[in-house]
Amino acid sequence: MRKNKGSSLRLPVVLVGTFALFAACTPAPEGVTVNDPYEDQNRRVHAFNKSVYTNLFSGGGDTEIPADIAEPIVNFAGNIGLPGMTLNGLLQGDFEAALTNAARFVVNTTVGIGGIADVATEFGLDEQETDFGETLAVWGLPEGAYLELPILGPSTERAFVGRVVDAVIDPLDQVGFSFQSDYSLAATIAERIVKRSQLSDTIDSVLQESADSYAQQRLIYLQNRRFELGTTPEEDAVDPYDELFGDL
Amino acid sequence: MLRRHFLASTAALAIPTKGWTVSPAAAQSMVEDLVVDVNAVIASGASEQAMIDEFGNILNRYADVPTIARYCLGVDARSASATQMAQYTEAFKGYIASKYGRRFREFVGGEVQVVGSKPVKSWIEVETTVLLRGRSPLQMDWHVSDRSGRNAFFNFIIEGVNMLLTEREEIGAMLDRRRGSLDALISDMKAV
Repeated sequence: MRKNKGSSLRLPVVLVGTFALFAACTPAPEGVTVNDPYEDQNRRVHAFNKSVYTNLFSGGGDTEIPADIAEPIVNFAGNIGLPGMTLNGLLQGDFEAALTNAARFVVNTTVGIGGIADVATEFGLDEQETDFGETLAVWGLPEGAYLELPILGPSTERAFVGRVVDAVIDPLDQVGFSFQSDYSLAATIAERIVKRSQLSDTIDSVLQESADSYAQQRLIYLQNRRFELGTTPEEDAVDPYDELFGDL
Repeated sequence: MLRRHFLASTAALAIPTKGWTVSPAAAQSMVEDLVVDVNAVIASGASEQAMIDEFGNILNRYADVPTIARYCLGVDARSASATQMAQYTEAFKGYIASKYGRRFREFVGGEVQVVGSKPVKSWIEVETTVLLRGRSPLQMDWHVSDRSGRNAFFNFIIEGVNMLLTEREEIGAMLDRRRGSLDALISDMKAV
């Protein structure tokens, strides 16, 4: 990989750290959908996460937060994530996505009253969701092993490194207003709670009704994450007729 | 004997599948009909049980349930008797209708739209978008084939999550929990 001289002051340091971490990563074997060498540890974390979730969110539809409260929170939190997404778009060489996210940030921070209203979407500026985990994927780094993180939930080694790097390189402090930096942690936590409450029925059905909720959550996360990154393997296109009518 | 029976039924099933082809247009038109029915259920604002029943009807009309059921059972399907397979397939249909029919409630106020279709391997993939109230739209792909003898979907993929792969793992885990007893699985599935 070529060195990107002078693109950011902190970036070279971050990259060295990233690659050092990756030396310890297990490359995903070809043709295997799930790479989970830490399964025992992950299952213990899953049991913990499940009990936390059950205590906080379980109980069905009555936990849904009203839209009047939920929308401004989700908008504000989504908006302060845009400078980071813009930077990642640039690092991936996806200038169109970077420009869209940058324009979204400007429009929603100003016309959208500090980001609580999402007017950019009405102008056709849809969020181009990305993160440093995706940047690493674009750069050709393998997914690594599956991880279930405490509270944060399903992840992979690559996605986890991405999260850490995103926190370090987030340019919000440089380009945003101070109120955006000041409330970023609170807003991100509140957004998580809102999104969990919106999905509570779906999460409940996976966590409470599956015969093996750990395995189901792992499979659903990995498939969805690979879909978002555009790295769904060809073998995932299942032909049940081949199996039923082919040579057994 | 079981294996011979299975091979015989496989051979019988294989005959009408010779020379199969489904055109993207035909597959898309089937999914368009399906989407009309799905949207009607979403818009009806019916009770949860009514939505589950309606989803069951949609499966009967548009899905190749025996193939989906058999795939999700995996290798255990080979050692199952014809009676067990018939019972299991019926129980599986109820399980899928209940599990995914309940998710329909979250679509209320939303709408499904057909985006387009393309051939993949030996079938047609029809892409749809699920527009939801106050949330990002979901991509939902339907895999359509006529190898069952009629145009029917045998898989759907929501935001990359493949129903066949996900349910095969879950059915496998359900069997493990019951020490591999298919009869126990069938009676528990019926109870859902």
